[in-house]
Amino acid sequence: MTNPNNATITTVHTAEFTAGDALKIPTLRILRDDGSLYEGATAPELDKATALKMYDTMVFTRVLDERMLAAQRQGRISFYMQCLGEEAATVGSAAALDDKDMIMAQYREQGALRYRGFTLEQFMNQLFSNEKDLGKGRQMPVHYGSKDIYYMTISSPLGTQIPQASGYAYAQKLRGLANTTICYFGEGAASEGDFHAGLNMAAVHKAPVIFFCRNNGYAISTPANEQFVGDGIACRAVGYGMKALRVDGADILAVYHATKMAREHALKHNEPVLIESIAYRLGAHSSSDDPSGYRSKEEEEKWRQNDPIARYRLWLIEKGWLKDADDKATIEALRSEILDALKVAEKVAKPGIEHLISDVYAQPIPALQQQLVELKAHIRKYPDAYPVTAGRLD
Amino acid sequence: MAKMNMLQAINNALDLAMAKDDSVVCFGEDVGHFGGVFRATSKLQEKYGKARCFNTPLTEQGIAGFANGMAAQGMKPVAEIQFADYIFPAFDQIVNETAKFRYRSGNEFNVGGIVFRSPYGGGIAGGHYHSQSPEAYFAHTPGLKVVIPRDPYQAKGLLLASIASPDPVIFFEPKKLYRASTGEVPEDYYEIELGKAEVTQQGKDITVLAWGAQMEIVQKAVEMAEKDGISCEVIDLRSILPWDADTVAASVKKTGRLLINHEAPLTGGFAGEIAATIQQMCFLHLESPIERVCGMDTPYPLALEKEYVADHLKTYEAIKRSINF
Repeated sequence: MTNPNNATITTVHTAEFTAGDALKIPTLRILRDDGSLYEGATAPELDKATALKMYDTMVFTRVLDERMLAAQRQGRISFYMQCLGEEAATVGSAAALDDKDMIMAQYREQGALRYRGFTLEQFMNQLFSNEKDLGKGRQMPVHYGSKDIYYMTISSPLGTQIPQASGYAYAQKLRGLANTTICYFGEGAASEGDFHAGLNMAAVHKAPVIFFCRNNGYAISTPANEQFVGDGIACRAVGYGMKALRVDGADILAVYHATKMAREHALKHNEPVLIESIAYRLGAHSSSDDPSGYRSKEEEEKWRQNDPIARYRLWLIEKGWLKDADDKATIEALRSEILDALKVAEKVAKPGIEHLISDVYAQPIPALQQQLVELKAHIRKYPDAYPVTAGRLD
Repeated sequence: MAKMNMLQAINNALDLAMAKDDSVVCFGEDVGHFGGVFRATSKLQEKYGKARCFNTPLTEQGIAGFANGMAAQGMKPVAEIQFADYIFPAFDQIVNETAKFRYRSGNEFNVGGIVFRSPYGGGIAGGHYHSQSPEAYFAHTPGLKVVIPRDPYQAKGLLLASIASPDPVIFFEPKKLYRASTGEVPEDYYEIELGKAEVTQQGKDITVLAWGAQMEIVQKAVEMAEKDGISCEVIDLRSILPWDADTVAASVKKTGRLLINHEAPLTGGFAGEIAATIQQMCFLHLESPIERVCGMDTPYPLALEKEYVADHLKTYEAIKRSINF
């Protein structure tokens, strides 16, 4: 028989449940902890330059995270989010894309952002909300975005980028572009209504989007087993009629390979694909969070052995593309480079008062213009109370 | 010129917009081949293809999110929310995303191409889930424009201006008037500027302000008042956000009195905002307290709709109350 959608369905004549665990999605692993390949696994085709760029990007984000978390502790920036343990997931996936594929991230994807070419200065300007920040100092630290490198500005509400990615990819298809959209989100955000809405819209309207779920085990303090029941997020894709892949998110070769495959499929067939990456969030959720309240040091230690950078490094050394001694000098140089950039960015002025009302609309509406006139008059009356803007009102 | 009802005017506007600009795309629940439950998108799929006029799954947050993504890419989605009562699953996408897209990115990205069309309002025996007027919720959101037309001519010109606008617009259509309101409408493309109210009748004793379907209601009350020798100035606000305070204030300075009528409940309704602004701009010109004739502070009723609504008789009484204060 067929269902009302004219799809053929099978029939049975005795009732039997289909259980939640009927569908188990396997997890792709290519790279062993010791840098060798699993038996039967093939490394994806990677040239030396790309392979090293991937490595450098992971190292960069790790040093950046370490330095900026310290800066937050020193009170120099208000907030920070690290991607410790998940570097391979975002760098490996970004490396598999075309430079003009849109990236719609959640907030822990600085690896993808850096891979695209976001400069150290741009990172710093955003983190310090100064007048050189592309976002004009309007969003909390780590809400990066850049039109030039096809990286959609981050939005705090979780999951909202999912149906947007479907729409963006649909528009790419309508315009005849040979580009896709990748949409990152966590396993916690996959509980939002927008996840369902976005996946279903993409599947029905055949949008070439790659949904990349970073299943990192925790949504702030809530462990994945209190977030959902069952095999994970990947199996849900099958329910929406789309293809799914699951990868070890600490294995950059597996992530790269899976994303290449997903991209090819998405563009060739105008279909969405979901990738679930499994990689533990080794750091706290954010600088405002303390994981000791909800998970053990032993648990963290176990996952620390799964370090995505160490594993890939061994592979690169084995290939002869990296020397064992290279790292220390690189990391030291990076640290001082980051510190220098930080010192510059924290001294750059905050955005001018006009940016309080700009970009709310394409042009400020009359009520806003009036409110700014009144505000300026008020600041002139009490300049000491508004030191950021009082000295440069016009 | 051609005689059109409001649906025909809206359909005609969408047709012209899609013909003029390939990036205009219409979608929503039942919007495709069927042409929408009210037929506002009738024949558009036939004319422009399934890629540019299509049905969506039943997911308002998905429709709004999809529209945000399309507009961020540079297209001009005209997304239909089948009834304004069902816009709330999309509230987060509209209020937190659409409205803030340009601002939060420092103008790196914007979704100014979006128009959300949605039938609103009562008078069709729809009860509380097919009658609401949710404009005030959106008027409280910087970054959005909110527009409500009163007749077919206005609907076409304001909708075309909304589609052309570089800012996202929520376009609420008075469904009671979809077929009931008819009039002469130019067949060519034209826009009516957003953010401008229109004085539809000059008068000297009191300013009567409304929008959308309530324009007919207040007109009836004004005609009753005129038989009593009261001269009313009537204004259609047209744009709720941004709203044209200058036109309203100029009128109130002349008449010395203001009555605001809207369908939505009184408390927290947009009349409160107008009253607060106008008392500040016109304090020394006011001869009486600003009157608000609005829906009651209840969900929209069914059996007792007549009693509930801000009708012409309540408006007429409020005009007299203001004059005799």
